[in-house]
Amino acid sequence: MTELSLAPPLREFAAEWLKYRRTWRGSIVIGLVNPLLFLTGIGIIGKLIDSSATGPLGGVSYLTWLAPGLMAASAMQMGFGSGGFGAFRAAAPGGGYRAASATPMSPTDILLGSLLFVTFRLSLLSAGFLLVQALLGAAPTWWAVLTVPAAALTGLAFAAPMAAWGIATKRFSTMQTVFRFVVQPLYLLSGTFFPLSTVPAWLQKVAYASPLWHGVELCRDINLGRLTFAAGAIHGGFLIAMVIAGVLFARVTYRRKLHE
Amino acid sequence: MQGDTASQAATLGVAGERPSTGPLVEARKLTKVHPARGGAAALVAVDGIDFRLERGEAFGFLGPNGAGKSSTMRMIACVSPPTSGTLRMLGMDAATDGSAIRARIGVVPQDDSLDAALTVRENLLVYGRYFGLSRATVRERSDKLLDFARLEDKADQRVETLSGGMRRRLTIARSLINDPELLLLDEPTTGLDPQARHVLWERLFQLKSQGVTLILTTHYMDEAEQLCDRLVIMDGGRIVAEGSPRSLIDAHVTREVLELRFADADREKATDVVLALAPGPVCQRVDVLPDRLLVYADDGDDALAVVNAAGLEPLTALVRRASLEDVFLTLTGRSLVE
Repeated sequence: MTELSLAPPLREFAAEWLKYRRTWRGSIVIGLVNPLLFLTGIGIIGKLIDSSATGPLGGVSYLTWLAPGLMAASAMQMGFGSGGFGAFRAAAPGGGYRAASATPMSPTDILLGSLLFVTFRLSLLSAGFLLVQALLGAAPTWWAVLTVPAAALTGLAFAAPMAAWGIATKRFSTMQTVFRFVVQPLYLLSGTFFPLSTVPAWLQKVAYASPLWHGVELCRDINLGRLTFAAGAIHGGFLIAMVIAGVLFARVTYRRKLHE
Repeated sequence: MQGDTASQAATLGVAGERPSTGPLVEARKLTKVHPARGGAAALVAVDGIDFRLERGEAFGFLGPNGAGKSSTMRMIACVSPPTSGTLRMLGMDAATDGSAIRARIGVVPQDDSLDAALTVRENLLVYGRYFGLSRATVRERSDKLLDFARLEDKADQRVETLSGGMRRRLTIARSLINDPELLLLDEPTTGLDPQARHVLWERLFQLKSQGVTLILTTHYMDEAEQLCDRLVIMDGGRIVAEGSPRSLIDAHVTREVLELRFADADREKATDVVLALAPGPVCQRVDVLPDRLLVYADDGDDALAVVNAAGLEPLTALVRRASLEDVFLTLTGRSLVE
């Protein structure tokens, strides 16, 4: 149980992939159609914004400015859901964790395999998003390809701590409430739709604590090809720290739930 | 039904015959305390029990709900570390070698924990892969196991379309995917209709005849009598008796039991009269249940004659062989299923 081998987590990954195959067509459509509709709509509104002033945006079109932020925010949504709701369901009667924990798999193997699969889905989602974004001309440089792993990291920074919580909680509704009243408002607080420079200074400080803000900044700077080493280290470091803290926490809650 | 047993035994490849050294499972002062959490007080689910089990045995834990059977099973399944005491299995320590032990045992949980959205075969594939088996190995074993579980026709159907009995058989098939040396079954037939129970028992018999070691929990007397070579009766986290079904009956109760029911009007008076008959030359002991009296006697018909001679006219009088249910009632003063 103590030795860490990659093989057992990959078995959990394979199990979740087998289940996902039943629904992947639907999720691909959602993954492409959603950003297509959203970005097209925003693109039209964006034209109005562009015609008035793009100063605070750094001289790029609103769509180009917005798209990578939206990509990070969708990854956050998926990360929160797959991590929290996913762990809750998998540990409930009829969920996959029950069967897995009777086998040589350790709770940590199951956790890592699940997070690996969440990362895979986040990457697919972000790649689909980028494809639409590029078609609409909102991916100005090849650097944009790197927004896919950056967005996946953003999602994972939510998925890991949420998995720790989701497997331990008894009440599904509490997570839904947090989703509605904490996660959704993060959109507004994290510079997704408008630059933080346009909000009061104290609110900007709040945003610095929002993992989504770090994800949005990271993706946006990469997309515009203007990421500095320092900014990359701060934003990436913040998100990686969230992932590590989440995994350490989840190791404990997974063991407690599956092997109490 | 019987004709193919031998050939299946040869091809199923379950690990009945392996060189044995020492007991397969040995528990000493095994204890499980569920810590106090969220307002609930700490609960001693298993209170320092000892048992040992040899290869090839069918061993049962019998007791009412809350007796500590399932907590004991979870410790044996290595998904719940003992609070204190020792549990040695397959020459290893359950507290530290859980993963290695789980690799060599099979578990049939009470809730089937099957994935209803996947097909029968996919469930076996996922489970087999958790043991690190190759796809080819899983495929090959799946064919034999589905045959064994009488689910060949259902191989590519989703689990959600299966009946309760079929699901339970699939869970048993799944638990055999790693060729286990020891099979754990937690309340294997709870919730099944009589016919499905008999099919399941017949399958478990076959495994037993192949030498697979079985541990099962049950609160059904007939199931324990049918399947177990040896069993322990648990109550309140402790083992209150141990032995073969027959030896437990011989040791704790008479050969036969006379069940008497009386009309409401005479019940009280009749109870006093019957109680006065025991212990006597014919009636050894009487238990008073809410709806009937149990008279323990080596010959139930003789006991009925004595009751009639005392001037009593019961509404119904039934003579039957003593069962484990009577043992439990005698030992604990309570019946198993209430």
